[in-house]
Amino acid sequence: MVKGARSLRRKAYYTIKMKQASHLLFYRRHKIPGVKGWELRRALGSDYPKVISLLDDYLEKLDLKVKVISEEGVPEGEMPPERRDRDRFYRTLRGGLTPKEAKLLGWRIDDLAALAVAVSYIISKGGKAPRKEVEELLRVKIPGWKVDVNLDRFIRYGYIGEDENAQLYIDWRTRAEVDQKELIDLLLGAETEPMKPPPER
Amino acid sequence: MPPKKRSIAEEELQRIIELCRSIEERGLNPFLVDVDELVTILREYFPDLDKPEELCLDAEALNSIASVIRLQGEWVRRRSSSLYRDPFLIEEKIRSLSRERLAEVFLKVWRPIIEFEQITIPSLRQALKYWGTLPPLDERWLRGGLFIREPGTTTEEDLIKQRILAEKAFSEELNSLWVELKRRTRGGKIRYWDFIGAETYQETIRRAYLTSFLLTYGYATLEVNPLEGEMTIRPLDEPTPVGEREQAISMPIPITPEEWMRWLREREA
Repeated sequence: MVKGARSLRRKAYYTIKMKQASHLLFYRRHKIPGVKGWELRRALGSDYPKVISLLDDYLEKLDLKVKVISEEGVPEGEMPPERRDRDRFYRTLRGGLTPKEAKLLGWRIDDLAALAVAVSYIISKGGKAPRKEVEELLRVKIPGWKVDVNLDRFIRYGYIGEDENAQLYIDWRTRAEVDQKELIDLLLGAETEPMKPPPER
Repeated sequence: MPPKKRSIAEEELQRIIELCRSIEERGLNPFLVDVDELVTILREYFPDLDKPEELCLDAEALNSIASVIRLQGEWVRRRSSSLYRDPFLIEEKIRSLSRERLAEVFLKVWRPIIEFEQITIPSLRQALKYWGTLPPLDERWLRGGLFIREPGTTTEEDLIKQRILAEKAFSEELNSLWVELKRRTRGGKIRYWDFIGAETYQETIRRAYLTSFLLTYGYATLEVNPLEGEMTIRPLDEPTPVGEREQAISMPIPITPEEWMRWLREREA
């Protein structure tokens, strides 16, 4: 009987903590979304990694997940929980989007392709590439006037950054939202479509 | 060192700096540079270098080589990582795939962040509570010590006291400072800090500000000893525009409270 009551109390405790964690993760509190580990520790207590893990399990049913991005670039899952205070916790989709869904989010297929090109080219160059080179590559398939608009938009959103030497680099949003290794693997494995013959006159 | 050899040495050092810089700026393969060869060149010329500017050039070249070695380290680390793929292959793939296919690939690895930016009922309640307790603007202004005054008259002395008007015209101030500089140097020169330094930090700043105009307008010249880092001012007999004397350079001089305190202590010692 006592054991059952204790278990119920624990369940109620973690339910409350999960709700608090959910509020913290859903609403933007800073310029950059997400919450730092130390903020979660302050709000939820020292066992916040367990609360986050429970929340992550719960969110799986909704195709969502809590993603942890290490400031030191350590891959997710390899960082010991006691050193997570400086990491940033985001809530992201667990599965992928269909082109139709992406369109509903306000992304045109051209813009997504441009983002894919910019990000993968920068990755291939070791994380930094001159803006001019990225622009030239984009201009092959996108009208010139749109290239600048697109790049500025990606910079504003935090997908890529630009330094004082006009070098583009991978920024916080790409690190949080894109599996860079998988992107390159998929890109190299993607089958090129056969060239279409010119339309008959 | 004979002048001809000196000029060759300078050219070689400059070439090394340019080469290393181009590797860094254009993101080229850093192993294109033969570091051993560059170090041999530096070693060959170093014993004959004696002028400060030559030694500076040598140090800059050495620093550039060190940057290339750092890039080589990064290059090896990147190539050995699991993320490395040949950039040429990736570029080719990007060029050959259609926009639709590129977008499809990206959608497979893209997990957008989910966030809300909307107001909640509790925060709305809190905001309304704050609004209810917020006094009207005219009351708050009164509380802050603002009050209405009728227009009146003021004197020139009052405006000078309030530092709205300067006591002397700017050109007059410059002129008197120039006269003071000539008087204190008597045909020679004076240490920069000994000239601008005053009993208060505020006055020191004012003198430094005016002195910068003396230098810019050609009333005096600033000489810097690059080895000791000491700066001296030498007044000119007639104001001479900078372009007529020699090439002008901008030189920022920090006048911090710490520097001023140090000068005060040195003066009293």
